[in-house]
Amino acid sequence: MTTFERHSLTPWLLLAPQLVVVAIFFFWPAAESLRQAFYVQDAFGLGERFVGLANFQHVLASPGYWHAFGVTALFSLLVAAGAMGLALLLAVLADRVLHGARLYRVLLTWPYAVAPAVAGLLWLFMFDPVLGVLTHALAAIGVHWDAQLDPGQALALVVIASIWQQMSYNFVFFLAGLQMIPASLLEAAAIDGAGPFRRFFGITLPLLSPTAFFLLVMNSVYVLFETFATIDSTTLGGPGGATRTLVYKLYEDGFVGRDLGGSSAQSVLLMILVGVLTFIQFRYLERRVAY
Amino acid sequence: MRLSHLLPFVAVTALSLSPSAQAATTITWWHAMEGVLGEKVNAIADEFNASQDDYVVKPVYKGSYSDNLTATIAAFRAGQAPAITQVFEVGTATMMSAKGAIYPVYQLMQDTDTPFDPDAFLPAVKSYYTSSDGHMLSMPFNSSTPVLYYNQDAFAKAGIETPPKTWAELGKDAHKLVESGAAECGLTTAWPSWTQLENFSAVNDLPFATQANGFNGTDARLVFDQQPATVAHIQDLAEWQKSHAFEYGGRADNGTKRFQSGRCAMLTTSSASRAGIQEAAKGKFGFGIAPLPYDAKAVSQPRNSIIGGASLWVMRGQSDKVYQGVAEFMNFLSSPAVQADWASFTGYVPITTAAYQRLKDDGFYAKTPGASVAIDQLTRGTPDDNSRGLRLGNMPQIRNIIAEQLEKAFNGSETAAQALTDAAERGNQELEQFERSVSN
Repeated sequence: MTTFERHSLTPWLLLAPQLVVVAIFFFWPAAESLRQAFYVQDAFGLGERFVGLANFQHVLASPGYWHAFGVTALFSLLVAAGAMGLALLLAVLADRVLHGARLYRVLLTWPYAVAPAVAGLLWLFMFDPVLGVLTHALAAIGVHWDAQLDPGQALALVVIASIWQQMSYNFVFFLAGLQMIPASLLEAAAIDGAGPFRRFFGITLPLLSPTAFFLLVMNSVYVLFETFATIDSTTLGGPGGATRTLVYKLYEDGFVGRDLGGSSAQSVLLMILVGVLTFIQFRYLERRVAY
Repeated sequence: MRLSHLLPFVAVTALSLSPSAQAATTITWWHAMEGVLGEKVNAIADEFNASQDDYVVKPVYKGSYSDNLTATIAAFRAGQAPAITQVFEVGTATMMSAKGAIYPVYQLMQDTDTPFDPDAFLPAVKSYYTSSDGHMLSMPFNSSTPVLYYNQDAFAKAGIETPPKTWAELGKDAHKLVESGAAECGLTTAWPSWTQLENFSAVNDLPFATQANGFNGTDARLVFDQQPATVAHIQDLAEWQKSHAFEYGGRADNGTKRFQSGRCAMLTTSSASRAGIQEAAKGKFGFGIAPLPYDAKAVSQPRNSIIGGASLWVMRGQSDKVYQGVAEFMNFLSSPAVQADWASFTGYVPITTAAYQRLKDDGFYAKTPGASVAIDQLTRGTPDDNSRGLRLGNMPQIRNIIAEQLEKAFNGSETAAQALTDAAERGNQELEQFERSVSN
C-alpha cells in the first residue's frame, strides 16, 4: 500500500494503455452518441439542428420500438434460459465422464470459436426453405418449414443459433465451477444417504450460484448486443419484424435509414436499459448468491 | 550504412518515378459490383487507363450497395471521400439532397468543357437521375428492369403455349402449373417491393407516392395503399400463396433460387439476372423471358417499367485535376462501345440510344432471345408522373418496411389492405424523418 502511495504515477502509467483503449473505443463514441441523440442531422453531416428530446419522443411513441422491445424480452429469456440450462446439463454430464473427458470438453467448447456470422450462415443453410437439409428432414415428418414467412419459425431459428453459440461459453464456466466443488462434500452427503438429485440441488447448485450469477449477467449482455450478427446473417429481423431486436432496430435505423439522431437516442435508451438490468441483478439477485 | 550501399535503392526509386507515372492522377472509384461484374468493372478501368497517360482510375469493391453508401458517407464525413461512388437507384434521393457533398455531373461536364448530352440516354434512365429543374445529377451506369422468367419445360408439361401477358392470365397459368403437377409452385419473386409494388404501380399507371412519386418535393407521402388495383394484386398473391400458385421467396434476390432449382415455374426479377439464371438452368430446363404482366382492369396500354441498378456520383473535395479526369472517364464510360459491351456481357440494359442501336446492328438481340424484352419494356411510351421512377428519401428503409408488411400479408397474419396501410403509414414516418433531416 505504502509503495503505491509513494509512486502515485506508476499505477496510472501501467493502466494507461487499457485506459486509452477504453476511452477511444468506449467513452468517446458513447459521448458522441449521447450528444447526437439531441440533434437531427442529415446523413452527410452537412447540417444539424438541436431538437431537445424530440428524438426520444419519436422513438418512445413509435409502436415499432415497443414491438422490438417485446421481441427482445422474449428472445433474451429463451436464449438465456436455453443457453444456461443446456450448458449446465452438459457440464454436469461432462464432469462425470471418465474416459475421453478432454475430447468431450473440446468438442463442447468448439462452437464458441465460430464467428457469429459464420454460425448464422451455417444454420441458415441447414434451414433454407428450399435447399436446407433440415427442411427436408422436417418435411419428411410433416412439418412445413419456411422461416422466411413464419414468424415463430424465424424466432426459433435465431434462438437455436444463438443458444448454440453461447452454450459453449457457459459450459466452460459451469465445468470449471463444478470442478471447484470439493469431492469430499459430495461424498459426505452420499454417506449421509443423499441421492444424486438431493446432492445436486442441495450442494452443487448453491455452490455454483456465483458462476451462475456471473453467467446471467454475461448472457444478458450477449443476448442484447452480440446476437446482432446471428440475426443479420439469418433473418434480417424478419419476417414482419418477428426477429427484430432492439439492437437490430438501432442498426437498421442508423445504418440503413441513416437516422443518426433517432438511432443515437435508441442507443442511449439501450445503455440505460443495460445499466438498470445490471443494477437489478446485483442489487436483488446477488443477495441470494453464496460465495 | 555507407552511401554506396544505398545507391541501388536510389536508382530503383528514381526509375519508379519516371515522368509518366509521376504525372498520372489517381481517381478512386468505389463500387458494389461483385464477382464477374467486379472483374468487368476492373477491365473497363484498365481499358481507360491504357487509353491515356494522365489519369489512373482505381476501382475499389466496397461490398453491397448499402455498404458502399455507408462507406461513402462515413468517408465524406472524415474528409476522405472517393472521387466517384456507385449508388443504387433507391439512394438517389439521399444523394440529391446532399447538395454540399456531391458535384452534379451536368455541372462537372460544363466546368471541364467535356461534351455531355443528357438526351443521349434512354428517357426512363435519364428521368430517374434528373433533378426537378431539369439537370442530370449523376451518371447512369448499370440499369436493369424487372421481367418475367418462365420455365418452358414446365409450361409445355402443363400445356400452356404462351407466357401470360396480364396478371389474370398469370394467375390461371400458375394454378394450372401446380394442379397439373408440372411444377410444385407457380410463381415466385425476387426484390418483392421493387417488382410487386414499385413496378406494378408504374406499369399500371398508378401512383406509388404523392408529388409525382417524390420528383416534385421531399414532402411526398406513400399512397400505394389507396390504389384498389395495387391492394387487389397483393391480395391475389396472398391467396395464391395458400395453394402454392405463388410462393414468397424472401427479400433481395432470395426468391431466385426457387426458380433456378425448378421448384417454381415463373419468376419476376431483374433483367440483369439473365446470365445467372442461364448458368443455373443449363442442362436442367429451358427458360424464356417475357414482359412483366400488367393489370388489364387498371390500364389498357401498360406503361414503361422503372429501372433498378445504380448510377455514379461525383463527390466534392477533390482537386481540379482529378475532376478533369473524372469528366474524361465519364465520357469514356457512356461511349456506345463501352456501354454495348457492358450491357451484352451483364444483362443490364444499354443506357444510351446509341449503345442500343449498336447492339441491334451487331445482331445481339437476334442472337440472344429474351434480351430485348427489358429494353422494349423500358422504352415503351413516354414516362409520366407514375412511371418516371421513385425519388423518395430513406427508400432502402422503406423497402425493408414494405417487405416486412408483405410478409405479414403472405403468411396470412394480416389482410393485404391492412398490411399495405401499415406499410404506407410506417413508410411515411421515414419520409417525414427524411424531410426533417434535409430541411436543416
